[in-house]
Amino acid sequence: MADADLNVFVTEERIEGEDDGPLAGKTVAVKDNLSTEGVRTTCGSAMLDDYVPPYDATVVRRLKGAGATIVGKANMDEFGMGGTTETSAYGPTRNPVDPERVPGGSSGGSAAAVAAGEADLALGTDTGGSVRNPAAFCGVVGIKPTYGLVSRYGLVAYANSLEQVGPLAPTVEGAAALLDAVAGPDERDGTTRDPTEAVDDYPDGSYADAADGDVDGTTIGVVSDLVEGADEAVVGAFEDAIADLESQGAEVVDVSLESVEHAVQAYYVIAMSEASSNLARYDGVRYGKSGGYEGNWNDAFARAREEGFGPEVKRRILLGTYALSAGYHDKYYKKAQDARAWVKQDFDEALSEADVLATPTMPVLPPKVGDSLDDPLSLYLMDANTVPVNLANLPAISVPAGEAEGLPVGLQLVGPKFGEHDIVRVASAVEN
Amino acid sequence: MTAQTLEQRDLAAVIGLEVHVQLETDTKIFCGCSTEATEDEEPNTRTCPTCLGLPGALPVLNEGAVEAAVKIGKALDADIPEETSFHRKNYYYPDLPKNFQITQYDAPICRDGRIEVEIEDERREISIRRAHLEEDPGSLQHAGGSIDTADYTLVNYNRAGTPLMEVVTRPDFRSPKETRRFLAKMEEVLEYLGVFDATRDGSLRVDANISMVPADEVAEDGSIAEETLESANRTEVKNISSHKGAEKALAYEVTRQKNAIKRGRAVEQETRHWDESRGVTVSMRSKEEEKDYRYFREADLPPLRVSGWKEEIPIPELPDARRDRFREEYGLDEESADKLTSTKEVADFYEEVAERFDPDLAATWVADNLLGELNYRDMRITDVTDRLDEFARLVELVDEGEITTKNAEEVVLRRMLDEGEDPDAVIEAEGLGTADDDEVAVAVSEAIDENPDAVEDYHAGEGGALNFLVGQVMGKTGGSADPGDVNRLLRERLED
Ligand SMILES: [Zn+2]
Repeated sequence: MADADLNVFVTEERIEGEDDGPLAGKTVAVKDNLSTEGVRTTCGSAMLDDYVPPYDATVVRRLKGAGATIVGKANMDEFGMGGTTETSAYGPTRNPVDPERVPGGSSGGSAAAVAAGEADLALGTDTGGSVRNPAAFCGVVGIKPTYGLVSRYGLVAYANSLEQVGPLAPTVEGAAALLDAVAGPDERDGTTRDPTEAVDDYPDGSYADAADGDVDGTTIGVVSDLVEGADEAVVGAFEDAIADLESQGAEVVDVSLESVEHAVQAYYVIAMSEASSNLARYDGVRYGKSGGYEGNWNDAFARAREEGFGPEVKRRILLGTYALSAGYHDKYYKKAQDARAWVKQDFDEALSEADVLATPTMPVLPPKVGDSLDDPLSLYLMDANTVPVNLANLPAISVPAGEAEGLPVGLQLVGPKFGEHDIVRVASAVEN
Repeated sequence: MTAQTLEQRDLAAVIGLEVHVQLETDTKIFCGCSTEATEDEEPNTRTCPTCLGLPGALPVLNEGAVEAAVKIGKALDADIPEETSFHRKNYYYPDLPKNFQITQYDAPICRDGRIEVEIEDERREISIRRAHLEEDPGSLQHAGGSIDTADYTLVNYNRAGTPLMEVVTRPDFRSPKETRRFLAKMEEVLEYLGVFDATRDGSLRVDANISMVPADEVAEDGSIAEETLESANRTEVKNISSHKGAEKALAYEVTRQKNAIKRGRAVEQETRHWDESRGVTVSMRSKEEEKDYRYFREADLPPLRVSGWKEEIPIPELPDARRDRFREEYGLDEESADKLTSTKEVADFYEEVAERFDPDLAATWVADNLLGELNYRDMRITDVTDRLDEFARLVELVDEGEITTKNAEEVVLRRMLDEGEDPDAVIEAEGLGTADDDEVAVAVSEAIDENPDAVEDYHAGEGGALNFLVGQVMGKTGGSADPGDVNRLLRERLED
């Protein structure tokens, strides 16, 4: 199917990188919430329809430095708020595997670009699953790095304590090589860390080198709580993939994460709270439709925001504002932070029993375009397996694990903090 | 308890301050932009993606600002925590690039400090509740001058991101005058620390809380029961930008509140705006009290460990201590000691001069002559600190009798300041070397020969005659003779 029909890009524009470098000759689709100097960056929102950043995101600068050619700004759910790329102000992106279906989201344009061959590689961002979800739905590989491994400078914030920039590629090695190019500390992002200093015994070698398919002796913990909630067809494909890993020499154990039943609520409270603050700057003064309104500033701001934001963004801003308000702060925001601490602790314990954890990436197969938009709650529940990882700041990868009903199924592997090598290694064995 | 109603009782003012000071750092608090406004800079040019709040830009903490804050904490004798972190204060205002301000909430860099202030010859201690770091917003320019009548408003983000320290006192002030003394003292201390420049426009901004309580509920030591404070309606006065402004605004507020209570009306709990030009406070009507800032942790800035900083970061001797030491070590009187410690730079200058000469002579020259002449020219000691050697040379010339005190003061020092010349060059150009003995002797003879009437008057016992002759000799020597010597020589010659 032609790109025009899939609606992969918001803006198609070539940005050439350096002549040489590890990514020379590679084309990359960049999610439209990553700032590109001189090329408009809409975040899938009408509010930023004509916003042209005067600077490059650190990851964009690193892509150019590595010799990659950027081919366009990929479509996304508005400000990353959605899991189907249907909330974009620029229309839904369709799944290259089955154009009747959504590509997942919010980095749906990035995943679709790779799946459709519109770009060799893509960058997405993952706040609660936004790289892994579309990777699973489109049948490609996507990595959500450890919080602090990749610079967020230039990533237009949705929920800044949760999100990371992550690579998408047809293969594990390709995604790992893209991660090699963009990862590493950045003086412009105070939350980035040098992994060699952050953890003991950090392995030598690149992430791409770790894609050696060797799982002999690796312990894989299957998170039973997150398998139970998944559709039968998904579970079937997942279990086949796990059995295959076992046959390659991996040891498989069952682990339980009791805290995950609260993860979705905690995630949404935190993400929406942060969003209510991060998106406050879009008030019509410098972004969106400005002027022409009578009344005081607050009225003018409200009108500009009413006009510029889509319904899902408004819903999340309102809920987030509510959760942070005096009288509700303790009941929602603080409680969500407590739950987050519990989730972190739970993962630490589970990862003391296993080298990596495994779950289906998505509990469902990709829904049809238009099916899920009216039911935000079911959409939020679709994130059950991915959001706990963001709450715990851990790395995770989604790798294709066969098909069900002719549609791709993704397997998610979660590693310890800065354990990207581990999840890349096991994921590459899934490809075998 | 008295059965009198409030309007019949004597009232006392209770005042607390929130003082915002801009910190002197090279760069803004969360980005690399300069904090120094260049002359005639265009609006919105001293900016970058971070201080403009562009989508995707991130703050990175300037540790220089934290260092300055720790210095202030040490000077205030405040507690510095193990770890300090930042929060977002969310509210919509066009001067805020992100519509939230990065500030500190539950982990301020300073807590529980104090500052001693001299009020009416009494040293009072004002308690500091907390002091925290935050970013300055941009500035608004209302076309037409007033926010109410402006057709449009222009926003300038050059100031946005300048590090601010907000110092919050306890309600320890009992009169508007005390707040003025306090602000002067605080400014003095901050300037000593080298973290503040009072000459910078808008570098000090003050909000004040003020309420009236029955005077008989103020204890002897000035303390007031918590319940009394809570039951009094407070107003918050904003937009105060100077020491004098604080005193005037609060004096206005005291009168206004007293009048309201005397007429049996309650003081409204509200925010009022100090209108400097009209000298009145005006109700802002916005219900500030109900504002909910929805504070939450700023995840973009990891907590900073500052546990060892208080020990590691040195601060200079503070003004009170230095004043006392000057009196003791150099035997200065109170007035000279005050003058010579008015700023750290003046005190440093004095001590260098005092090391080379008699401290008394140095005190006279720095406190009386130099500071007086500088003041007259609207100059500051910092304008001449790099000419300390020239100044010392001038004192040396006087000390060694190479030039008269009068010429040194009235000619050489003034030309040094006005023309930027060094003292030897001025003496040369003006021919001011001390007249030698022969020259003076000749002048004395001439004066006696040319003024027989005065000589006669002298012998007749008229005291004025000698002074007249001294004046004649001084005139002949161009002022370069020592008047004492001339006096003595004349007497000797006249008594012969
Ligand atoms: Zn800046």
